[in-house]
Amino acid sequence: MNYRLLYFASLRDRAGCAAEAVESDAADPRALYAQIAARHRLELAPEKLRVAVNGEFAAWDRVLADGDEIAFLPPVSGG
Amino acid sequence: MSAFRLAEIPIDGAALGRELASASAGACVSFEGWVRNHNQGKAVQRLAYQAYPALALAEGERILAETAARFAIEQALCVHRVGDLAIGDLAVWVGVSAAHRDAAFAACRHVIDEIKARVPIWKNEFYADGFSGWLHPDGSPVAE
Repeated sequence: MNYRLLYFASLRDRAGCAAEAVESDAADPRALYAQIAARHRLELAPEKLRVAVNGEFAAWDRVLADGDEIAFLPPVSGG
Repeated sequence: MSAFRLAEIPIDGAALGRELASASAGACVSFEGWVRNHNQGKAVQRLAYQAYPALALAEGERILAETAARFAIEQALCVHRVGDLAIGDLAVWVGVSAAHRDAAFAACRHVIDEIKARVPIWKNEFYADGFSGWLHPDGSPVAE
């Protein structure tokens, strides 16, 4: 399936881009993160991240659909 | 206009305070978060905020709606800067109006605490030694 990935903060720096299109057989965010973490050498463990799908927070085992926009969110630090 | 906003230009706290004006409000409490020149023993020269706008706006609105439901207030507003900021700049502004001061103080505190913990905005500090780093909510550096 085709997904659009968004990167922020330390993950953006490490991935070297703010967004990218990926083709993947991963069915949920957990499997997808494992794939892209290996490819971009991301070192933040999934337990430290939150997931968003199509602009809303989502669970790691959410079933993804073709065309979904997924973001893995590092710990926030606004304010 | 939405009660939670992201701003790429300086925040005008006085103008925001006027948006809260109400004949039935007896209290207005505001909080200003400023860019500080140090963090955890390191000299900070400037910082940059990055946001996930769609989700930040949605989560910010949720926090303000939850606050209005939980405290006896009239109105709550919050504006958070994104982009490059200098020492002393206003990074975040929260304002709450209420009939009485107790609810206004408590709600204002609640809003800034929840914003810092939940809204997808990230702070990158640039240090005097030339390095920079993304921070966790508690101000400690992200390992990566």
